[in-house]
Amino acid sequence: MGGSASQLPKEQLAEYQELTFLSKQEILLAHKRFNELTKDERNPPTRVPMDKILALPELKSNPFRKRICHVFSTSEVKDGSLTFEDFLDLLSAFSDSATLEIKSHYAFRIFDFDDDGTLDGGDLEKLVNCLTGDTDDTRLTQEEMRQLITNILEESDIDKDGTVNLSEFQHVISRSPDFVSSFKIVL
Amino acid sequence: MARSVNFNPDSHHLEAEMESPIDEAAVHDSFSHLIEEQVQGFPNALEMDQLELDDEARDDVGYLVNPVMRQEECHQQGDPHIEHWSSATLRILSSMPSRTIGRSRGAIISQYYNRTMQLRRRRQSRPSIRDFSHSSRPSIRGYGGVESDLGDLHEEETKRERLVNNLQNLSVSDRVRMLRAMPLSVSEKTELRHLALWHKERSFSRSNIPCCSQFKYYLIIAARQTWYSWLSLLSSLQLWQTALKTVSGRFGTGVLSYFVFLRTLLFFNIFLFSVTGLFLVLPQAVFPPVLSNTTGLSGLELLTGGGYFTESVMFYGYYTNVTLKKDCVSKESISSTLSEVGCHGGLSYNMPLAYFFTIGGTFFVTCIILVYTMSKLFGQSFRIDKSQSILAMKVFCSWDFKVIKKTSVKLQSENISTLLKELLAEISHKKGEAPIRQRLGRISMHLLAWSMCVGSILACVFAVYYFSEYMYEEFRAKYSKSSDSPSLLALPVVVSSINLLLPGFFNIVASMEKYDSPSVRTYVSISRNLMLKVSVLGILCYHWLGRIAANPQSLVCWETFVGQELYRFLVMDFIFTVLDTFFGEFLWRLFSQKLLKRRRKPVFDIARNVLEMIYGQTLAWMGLLFTPLLPAVQIIKLICLFYMKKTSLMMNCQVPRKPWRASQMTTIFITLLCFPSFLGAAVCVTCTMWSIKPSQSCGPFRGLQTMIQSGKLWVKQLESANSNLAWLTWVHTYLVENPVIFLFLTAMIFFIVIYFHTQVVDGQRKIITLLQHQIENEGKDKKFLITKLQAIHEQSRPLSSQRIRGTSEDSSYY
Repeated sequence: MGGSASQLPKEQLAEYQELTFLSKQEILLAHKRFNELTKDERNPPTRVPMDKILALPELKSNPFRKRICHVFSTSEVKDGSLTFEDFLDLLSAFSDSATLEIKSHYAFRIFDFDDDGTLDGGDLEKLVNCLTGDTDDTRLTQEEMRQLITNILEESDIDKDGTVNLSEFQHVISRSPDFVSSFKIVL
Repeated sequence: MARSVNFNPDSHHLEAEMESPIDEAAVHDSFSHLIEEQVQGFPNALEMDQLELDDEARDDVGYLVNPVMRQEECHQQGDPHIEHWSSATLRILSSMPSRTIGRSRGAIISQYYNRTMQLRRRRQSRPSIRDFSHSSRPSIRGYGGVESDLGDLHEEETKRERLVNNLQNLSVSDRVRMLRAMPLSVSEKTELRHLALWHKERSFSRSNIPCCSQFKYYLIIAARQTWYSWLSLLSSLQLWQTALKTVSGRFGTGVLSYFVFLRTLLFFNIFLFSVTGLFLVLPQAVFPPVLSNTTGLSGLELLTGGGYFTESVMFYGYYTNVTLKKDCVSKESISSTLSEVGCHGGLSYNMPLAYFFTIGGTFFVTCIILVYTMSKLFGQSFRIDKSQSILAMKVFCSWDFKVIKKTSVKLQSENISTLLKELLAEISHKKGEAPIRQRLGRISMHLLAWSMCVGSILACVFAVYYFSEYMYEEFRAKYSKSSDSPSLLALPVVVSSINLLLPGFFNIVASMEKYDSPSVRTYVSISRNLMLKVSVLGILCYHWLGRIAANPQSLVCWETFVGQELYRFLVMDFIFTVLDTFFGEFLWRLFSQKLLKRRRKPVFDIARNVLEMIYGQTLAWMGLLFTPLLPAVQIIKLICLFYMKKTSLMMNCQVPRKPWRASQMTTIFITLLCFPSFLGAAVCVTCTMWSIKPSQSCGPFRGLQTMIQSGKLWVKQLESANSNLAWLTWVHTYLVENPVIFLFLTAMIFFIVIYFHTQVVDGQRKIITLLQHQIENEGKDKKFLITKLQAIHEQSRPLSSQRIRGTSEDSSYY
């Protein structure tokens, strides 16, 4: 699927251009960077393991990097490894021209730490801990965390089932005009 | 709350059902079907997993026995969110449509099938009745109503086929857009696309297309290919992409918005320069007029714009007022009544008309682009539903994925943590009304600060007024012959230093005041700076147009003089910005780090820098009429500014502490660019063209009463040549001659449109509230149904558990 060849065939390039939000230059750059990840090996595999992906400078310091790899990975063993097409999926969702709907869809999946289709209290707690970092003085206290989660659920849980599902999440996101510009990764 | 329950490894089938919804390929069309399925499956499930439930029952008898009672308890305790469901109920919960709609492939396919159906309906390419199988054609269903709950079509393949069918029948651009927007992986989308295209090719080859529509088809394909290649060319020309990425990687989206704004202004100026260069500078440069006296080149011209530059393409005075004719000796002036003198053939270029229409045209196009950009941005950042959901929004949307550097990421985490803690503190300790004395104190502080600011602005305005008058008198008295002297630089220096120093003074005054929120502080600072710049520019406009243009007296060409003044102002502004960057950021950082021993570097003041750029652009727009090459100067200035600011930023500044709402601020900046800045410049230029008499001896409008007269004369000439165009003069007379009626009509139309839109927005707000109530009620219904399911399950369980206990007791005997 174009992962091992040094040049992308033209029809494949045109196809990727039609199916993703990336432009021709972005796809070629992605191809180049993806091949660089496995340039030391004699037989580069089509599926690149997660730790090599996480070595990319764009993802290295991101607290959501592991979740991003898991969400976009199509491997059966769920080890977070990405093929070139998964990598294009990732870049397409994070690109400049992706629609708000795609971005909010994938943001929801990234924030859903336990993969159960909704953001419950546990997911929200993990999310806030990722946001505030690991050091002791930035972490929120138990009391603050509980209050924060209660407030978030009060504000965004419209059907009052104790969790935030995809539609409710998209509803909150649509009210923030900054989301589209901050949910971007550019190679 | 969906909890993950630990199952025994033996019961594989249960494990399969309990797995994450991402693996489910089943398509969920209705909840009732699911409930039915689960209820039917219960007796089997019970028999197979009695051991586990038994274990559970032994461990958690307390909460499983009477979930209804437990729920009531929870409600009494005031914690309705925590429900304790049994494992079977959890199984149902995890496979509910609202939880799988975003995850399972089947759900996405069915969702997009519905969407393509709607799109086809809108585009009038509904499936013909022929395409449906006989079984789904009953007349009751209605035409095209395939999306109703089809009892037998639950398999993914059939839905997929129908989706492919729909995709085929959409136009190519719609299909591409639909495929792109689907949140599936690229490999699945490739498959869908192949199927859609393959079917389409087959259907194409089967039918006989008449050759003219085939030709049309090829034309459309060719047009699309050119459009795509044009788009890719545009995106490859992304200027400064790497530089912007470095900046955003370290500083985030807020600081990036300044550089993006700079790039936007650069593109505006490139457009202005290309138009004026092509239509004005080039023709005039090819046919240079006869010059009276030329002075030599000296270094001072770059600063003052005088001397050698006076009689050059740069300024208004160089342009002729005749029609330029190629291959022709004699030239004809538009205001003279001489008929053509034996000169036929060749290209003719009417310079005054070209000047008039080029300037008018650029302003008109710029206005349209600005209004369009502004309305687009405004639409993005304006939200109908202004309910308070600050915390949820902050938690979900505040992480900036563009930030790459490790220290910046850490800083961002710190910022978010501080912000969340502050917001929580604000919410929990609802600040009561401050005592009267404190409030009065604050209000009086605000009044004092505002009076100080307004007073200083008025003082500066008077200073500029008298100083400009004095300088002009001096210049006229002493240097009336040559147009170049260093004393001309005095006024620009004074104005630029006012622009530099006064914002600092405003900052000091603002630090005395106490504001409710940082955004209010930003808005107040922006409005004060804006007031200063608008008043200074206003007084300068009066000086140039009201004083100099009204009675030019000894000036040979007042337009050239005004053009030179604007050039000087622009250059001085640039020099002062360089000095400000050097002193303000570089030296201040050294000073604060070495002497004051502060660890933090200075913060990049986005608002002030953007306002300075807007000020520079206003000068460029005002000067376009008098100096057609001014956009070129502005281009050079912006390019230098970009590299300078970027270097200074990387070396000297740190990430801003306060969160910066980038898109809201960008909207405000574009609005400021459009309203005070562009509108002011356009009004100035229009007034000049409409009412001020151009100089007699220079420029393309010499000899006319006003610049507009050239257009009027041309229309009259057209009319005399061709009487069909009489309506043009009629339109011109009634609309342009009576501007009051014109303005009144335009204002009325705008007000009506705005009123309609406000009503629409109000109606939508009401609908949103109603829908929220409805969703809440649906949630209660859902909870009710789930508890009922749980109750049914519980009723049938005790019988089997008693049976089990009986058998185990029997077995324990042996």
